[in-house]
Order: sequence, then structure tokens, then C-alpha cells
Amino acid sequence: MLTVATGNKAVAAAVKEAAPAVVAAYPITPQTEIVEQIAEYVSSGELKSQYIPVESEHSAMAACIGASVTGARTFTATSSHGLHYMHEMVNWAAGARLPIVMANVNRALGPGWNIWAEHTDAFQERDSGWLQVYVGSVQEAFDAVLMAFCIAEDERVLLPVMVNLDGFLLSHTMQPLEVEKAGDFIPPLRLPHAIDPQEPCGYGTLTGPDEYFRLRWDIERSMRDAVDVIRGTQERFAERFGRKYGMVDEYRCDDAEVVVVAAGTLGREAEVAVDLLRNEGIRAGSMRIRWFRPFPRLDLSGRDVVVIDRDYSFGFGGVLAKSIAAKEGARPFSVIAGLGGQEVTYEDIAGFVRNRQPGRELWFGVNGDV
Amino acid sequence: MTEIPREEYILKCTSACAGCGDSLSLRYVLKAAGPDTVLVVPACCTSVIQGIYPNTAFNVPVYNVAFAAAAACASGMSAALRAAGKKTNVIAYAGDGGTVDIGIQALSGAFERGTDFLYICYDNEAYGNTGMQRSGATPLGARTTTTPGGKMQPKKDLDAIVAAHRPPYMATACPSYPRDLFQKVKKALSYRGPTFIHILSPCPPGWRFSTEKTVEMGKLAVRTGMWILYEREQGKVTINGPSKAAMVKPLPVGEYFRAQGRFKGISAETVARMVDDARALARRLQKEEEGIC
Repeated sequence: MLTVATGNKAVAAAVKEAAPAVVAAYPITPQTEIVEQIAEYVSSGELKSQYIPVESEHSAMAACIGASVTGARTFTATSSHGLHYMHEMVNWAAGARLPIVMANVNRALGPGWNIWAEHTDAFQERDSGWLQVYVGSVQEAFDAVLMAFCIAEDERVLLPVMVNLDGFLLSHTMQPLEVEKAGDFIPPLRLPHAIDPQEPCGYGTLTGPDEYFRLRWDIERSMRDAVDVIRGTQERFAERFGRKYGMVDEYRCDDAEVVVVAAGTLGREAEVAVDLLRNEGIRAGSMRIRWFRPFPRLDLSGRDVVVIDRDYSFGFGGVLAKSIAAKEGARPFSVIAGLGGQEVTYEDIAGFVRNRQPGRELWFGVNGDV
Repeated sequence: MTEIPREEYILKCTSACAGCGDSLSLRYVLKAAGPDTVLVVPACCTSVIQGIYPNTAFNVPVYNVAFAAAAACASGMSAALRAAGKKTNVIAYAGDGGTVDIGIQALSGAFERGTDFLYICYDNEAYGNTGMQRSGATPLGARTTTTPGGKMQPKKDLDAIVAAHRPPYMATACPSYPRDLFQKVKKALSYRGPTFIHILSPCPPGWRFSTEKTVEMGKLAVRTGMWILYEREQGKVTINGPSKAAMVKPLPVGEYFRAQGRFKGISAETVARMVDDARALARRLQKEEEGIC
């Protein structure tokens, strides 16, 4: 069914299709519309989930953990401070190998209070063992949530998945949305370590260094296996619903001499900048990072690279720029832009490309002397 | 007389301290709950005494979870199990620190939402697992490693906080009265909705008394009137027999304080203040039981 919806409504519509047994959530701007819509679905009977209106995000994730370990499909949504308030349980969910799906509406962290888009909130959870995907459109938000359940619940993965969408730029922006009927696209969840009083086990008991170390390696092994599962799920999705997704979405990269790397809506804006630059005779391309964990490989050889980070790791650099430098040996022009919802247009991005200085870092609009 | 099952769910070789009041309590809690039970345990002594992975000494599923998270985790578990049509008992079993301090928000939320579970706080009146630091449940005047001169503030009134949520059933208990504890767990689990049991759990290393005196210490607490055994069922208060007797003729409170190293050097004024508080609670409960207030 083709409709027009906000990113938040698209997430809720996908959750309705996935029909989790338990949704536990706490409202926070700009995520609130997701939980309101889910509560509405539950209230009207369209969605047969247990909706737990918890008293905090820490409890939202704790409740999802408690539900998930019984073998139930679970979902929550949060943003920014909410994500950080649940940080302890975010780590717990991954360590406990529970396939919880969470939508995170990316928003800056205070102080000062700022409700607009930034990726630092979720990037700070990068070492938690969660898979993370960043979407660039309302449709992609819907599609990513459907696929997230398949990927998280796959027995080769059994790790939680966070679907990230930019605050307001996607959460509150209306775009066309094809609401798919999930049908049997998401297989039933069978959690091998579900709690069973017939076979009593201790979960998360005191664990010595050797065993703990092995359990950490198991997480990393699954994170590596997840790459194949993501690819397979995205192929299955394309066959069934006709939309293709990659670990990275490339745009006009085949003959590109310079590529722009960004995540979320900035990555979509970069595609418009690429068209503009191509008209000027600059062979530009765009690589929009979708999957941030597991981190993808990028084909950057022989190309100039401009990385736009809507995030920052203080005392270190832009998280994407530094990751790409480390993983690919690239020497990118690192642009820090869009923090706290700062407006960044395709013309600005074209300017970053025209005036690129490999190896340097630019804080857009602060030390914009490129 | 209620027959207490012979089945044991706390097996041999736990890593509990000798004379552990917590282990004794949990033994009877699980005998009452039976095998179709899941325990949700936040960081506390119980997270340690069950044993080291891959072994466990507990013969029911135990979900260990972060310190602040027991009641919320149990909320999700209960919702999922009930949605799946399962009647499995969900029991959050938490120490006093995980209840009155770091876990109180989740506890309050779960009770306000009417979660179908039993929350048990086993209260040894300090952070025992980390070596006896003060908690909000530590009594006035008690020495802990973070109150070396004795605690300056009275014990937080957890039961009043829980009662404010109007659960269908709540009770106090003590492992020195195992039959009473057993029956209270049975009764709590017979209700749908959030129920609560607050167990005073004597702790030899923390309270500084000899390990063979655990049961005696709990009895002293009740007989001196410093711990009152009662139930609040559908709002109606019943003071249980041992405390009824203690209200008529309490043992001298000095016997309780002198028996514990943590109260060494406590002033007569401090003891008097604690006794005043305990007697005031007793009068309030008596009035409630009589339906006067």
C-alpha cells in the first residue's frame, strides 16, 4: 500500500508487520511518535503485542531483555539521552545474545538541550556488540526495521540490531512509503537459549576470565558472520519487495576520482552534490554508509575521499573518517558538519569536494577556511 | 500445619558465607514457589552464591541482570510469559541496595504498572556483596565500611513506599520463621499483580555476630520488636503471631543491639530513637489492624 508517512510512522508500521510479542518503551523527542503509534496499534487491536509503558529507558531495555530471554520477539525505540540512559542494558542485551530490535532516532546530546540530528548518540554505542544500520529515507526506515528482525534473530547472529534514523530530517519528514505486508518474510523466532523451567540454567552468572574471554570472541565471530546474513537478507528483500540495499549504498562510484562518504540523510544529500559536481566535470561519487556495525569494506583505492561526520570523538576526530582511515588506509578530507542539526546542503557538500584537502579536518562553519 | 516440601532448589556447594540468612531465605522461597519459577536476580549476594559459570547451585532458571534492572527485567519476562499463556512464577529476588537505592525506580514503575510478579527484598541492611557499605536500608547507628562512626540517618521506610503503590499483597518476613515465610510466598504467588515480601536477612559477617547465631538473631529482632512480622492483604493489615506476642511483652532491646558488632559503641540516645520508631510503627500497624485509621 503506497502512502505518505514520516520516518517515525514508517518504523511503527514496520513494527506492526513484525508483530513483536513485547514492546517496552519510554517517550523522548524526536522518537515519541513511534511509541505513540505503536500504543495506538495495540489499543486498536491491530497489533497483538504486550506494550509496557516503562518508567525509563534503562527499564525499557531491561524489560526487553527479560521478555526476549523467554524467546519472545521484542522491540523498543529511543533517542539520544534515552539511549545513553539505557547504555548499561544496551551492552547487556548484546552480551546476553538477545535479538532485540531498537529504533534510535539520532539526536544530539546535552548540554545544551538540543533535539536535532547528530550521530554521536549511537556511535558511542559502537563497541556494545549491537549491529547498527543508518537509513537515508522514510522507505528505508521501514525496510530496515523489517530486515532487522530477520538479521537479529538469525541463529548465526543472535545479536541485537539498532536501526538509526536522523531526528526530524527523517523522523518528522513526510515521504512516500510503500507499506509492505511482511507475511512470512520474517521467520518465527526460535531462541536456542530461551528460559525453560524444565531445564533450569543460570544466565549471566559469575564468569571467570577464560570463559568470559571466549564469550566475547563468540560475539565478534557472530558479528563477522552477520555480514553474510545481512547480504542474504537484503537479497531476499530485493527479490520479494524490489528494493536493493548494500552494506554501503554506492552512487555513481564506478569511474569516480573522488567519493563522498557519509551516513544517514547526509549520504542522500551527497548524491545530489555528486550530480551537481558531475555537471561541472568533476568525476564524483557517493558511498553512503548503511551498516556501521559490522563496519563495511569500501573500495577507495586510487580515489580522493571526503568523509562527512555528523558526530565527533573529542580528542580523536570524526568517527567515520578515523574508521575509514584505519580500515582502508585512506587519507580522507574529514569534514565535521551537521552537529546538533546544523543545516548542510548539497551545495555545501559540493564545496567540500571542490576544496578538499586530504589529511585535513574541517569543522564546517567554524573554521571553514578551505 | 502446612507441609514444607522436601525438594531442594538450592543445591549443595553454594559459595555463600557460613550462616547466610539470604541462602536460608531463598531455600524456603523456592520450596514455596516450586519448579515452575524463574528468579530474576540483580547484582547482590545471590548473584555470587549461585556459583561460577558453567556451574550453578540453583535448580530453577536464574536470570542475572544489572543492579538497577531487576523489577523492569521481571516486567518484560512476566509480560512475555503471560502472553505465551504460561503461568511460570516470576520472582525478582534482590538485596536491599538493589531495592531501596539503585533499583527503587524500576521497582516503583513495575508496581505502578501492575506487573504480575513477586518482588522479594532480602534485607541484610547494607551492601553485603561488596563488603558491607551503607545502604538506604542500613539502620541508624550501624557501623559499615562507609559509616565507620555509625550511620547518621534512619533506615528508609521501604514498606511504606511499596504500600503507597497499593499492591494486592505485601508482607514482612524473616528466615528465622521459615513456616511463616513459606506461607507468605505461597500467598503472594496466589495473587495476580505485583506482590512484595520484605525479608530481614541476618548477616553474620556484616552484622558481626557468630555464624551459628543467624536464626537466633532473626528471632531476637522479632522478639525485641525491632522487626515486625505482618501482612497487608488487599490493604488489610494482619500482625503475625510472633510480633503480636512481642507487642505484648517484648524482650529488652539491648539483647538485640549488644549481640551485634555493628552496633558497638552505639549511644543510648540512638537506641532510644530506634526503639521509638519501632514502637511507633507497631502502634500504627495495630491501629490499622483494628481498622481505626
